[in-house]
Amino acid sequence: MATFLGINLFGLFGQLLVGLINGSFYALLSLGLAIIFGLLKIINFAQGAMYMLGAFFAWMALNYMGINYWAALIIVPLAVGCIGVLMERYLLRPIANEDHLYSLLLTFGLALILQGAFTHMFGSSGMSYAIPDELKGGNRLPFMYLPNYRAWIIISSLVVCVATWYMIEKTKLGAYLRAGTENPQLMQAFGINVPLIVTLTFGFGVGLAGFAGVMAAPVYSVSPDMGSNMLIVVFAIVVIGGMGSIGGAILTGLGMGIVEGLTKYFYPEASTTVIFAVMVIVLLTKPAGLFGKEA
Amino acid sequence: MQINKTAVALIGLGLVAPFILYPVFLMKVLCFALFACAFNLLLGFVGLLSFGHAAFLGTGGYITGYMMLHVGLTPELGILCGTVAAGVLGAIYGKLAVKREGIYFAMVTLALAQLIFFMYLQAPFTGGEDGMQGVPRGELFGFIDLSDNMTMYYFVFAIFLFGFWLVNRTVHSPFGQILKAIRENEPRAVSLGYNVNDYKWVAFVISAALAGLAGSTKTLVFQLASLTDAHWHMSGEVVLMTLLGGMGTIFGPIVGAASVVTIQNYLSGGELGNYIHIIMGLIFVVCVLAFRNGIVGEIQKVIKRNFGN
Repeated sequence: MATFLGINLFGLFGQLLVGLINGSFYALLSLGLAIIFGLLKIINFAQGAMYMLGAFFAWMALNYMGINYWAALIIVPLAVGCIGVLMERYLLRPIANEDHLYSLLLTFGLALILQGAFTHMFGSSGMSYAIPDELKGGNRLPFMYLPNYRAWIIISSLVVCVATWYMIEKTKLGAYLRAGTENPQLMQAFGINVPLIVTLTFGFGVGLAGFAGVMAAPVYSVSPDMGSNMLIVVFAIVVIGGMGSIGGAILTGLGMGIVEGLTKYFYPEASTTVIFAVMVIVLLTKPAGLFGKEA
Repeated sequence: MQINKTAVALIGLGLVAPFILYPVFLMKVLCFALFACAFNLLLGFVGLLSFGHAAFLGTGGYITGYMMLHVGLTPELGILCGTVAAGVLGAIYGKLAVKREGIYFAMVTLALAQLIFFMYLQAPFTGGEDGMQGVPRGELFGFIDLSDNMTMYYFVFAIFLFGFWLVNRTVHSPFGQILKAIRENEPRAVSLGYNVNDYKWVAFVISAALAGLAGSTKTLVFQLASLTDAHWHMSGEVVLMTLLGGMGTIFGPIVGAASVVTIQNYLSGGELGNYIHIIMGLIFVVCVLAFRNGIVGEIQKVIKRNFGN
């Protein structure tokens, strides 16, 4: 067994890997939250439910319609995104001019409905989703064993995150998005259909959660409460990172996953609470968040 | 004047109610009404949405339960310990939470509450998933036996009236006026020289302590302190009670708590038990979309339109 300074390297890297995977999901979810927040100035409490929906849709697609993992990876985020579009258009837009706390409460209600409905239909025990054949097995590295599917999660999440970052920071479409964040009235005056952009942005942010859900289906059990447990941690991560920047959301998500993984190795008792503790420290020292701008 | 008349009517109602309805059900309503009143002090009168008030309800419950079960205090001291513990936790959490505003405030309180939830899940003294069972009700001041539900009811009713009076007194004090000024226009309150964060913090501590009082009392009534009380679902429920009854109104939280507890009791008995969360979620959505003033808010509007000047 490989050890270094009395540390079991196999165990350490194993937990780091788990941390990176959790971090990938944190990054995808907080990225979606940050994009939605930028334009709509609201926090989507149903983001966790959408992640859960993504996992369930993938499971249902496979078991009821025979749609395999790779097709689900494309179709399910689109479907979840469409639900997001409907949600924004018919539920959130009518209250867009009210206090933003109302939209938080509305999305909380939707999360309860979705979670309740799936608990009712599938029970709360959770279901398993097989890893696709192409990604079964793994490689033995000098310091650890790396299952292929886990490597795939990390790489593909990173690609999606970086592509999203590139789209928002470097392309024309992203420029509209950023302009809309700064001054929607002015952008409307330039003849750009702002309500449409808002709706599509919400759909995209929610679709990211759906994508994370499909990715998560083979590694976690597909259960109705998988979203809410994840979401509260993601909220803490959003507070830690601040919602100022897209890159910040990605980095904080991955970073907190690693912190959680390390804690699991060195002090397992604190692994469920360490992210909240980091949040407390950040609030004390840098209240706007690591990447946040003081409003 | 209007409030005084309604309050007298409610006190009368509270005194005769246990002869008509099941006292344990009424005590549950009163505990949650107190919880909702405490929450409303923050949401309705300062405009701060805390999504972590279950932490204080749970803390009050656990500390009181521990004191009654293992230290053997009398009920009034047990409740006092629970309330103070929740207030101390509120003082710490409040200091952190008031650093952020609006949506961030909601997220910070939710995350802090989750922190304490996991601690209670792991701490040995709480009994983990099983909860703290068989908490004795004890003898009030050492000589009034509370094991009788009728006696217990009047004790709970007295506690509720004290909490309700305190919230009311706070709201109508000069301090409460400044809280409302902060809610309406925070920059202006700052420019008038008020240290806004300190005011928010004091309101937070009062609200947390009263939520703890509700939790302590609830533990005595049901002789049980469990993780349910500290779970984020509970934080959501108290938001729903306040929203449904009418946030920022004096009587709204009581009406909201009574409605929600009644609905839950009704549902959990019948076939619809599985639909509880779906129905709670639907009420949330309907309230936000079409019914933002809540029951009491709407009634007040009707009264104003027809009889007001």
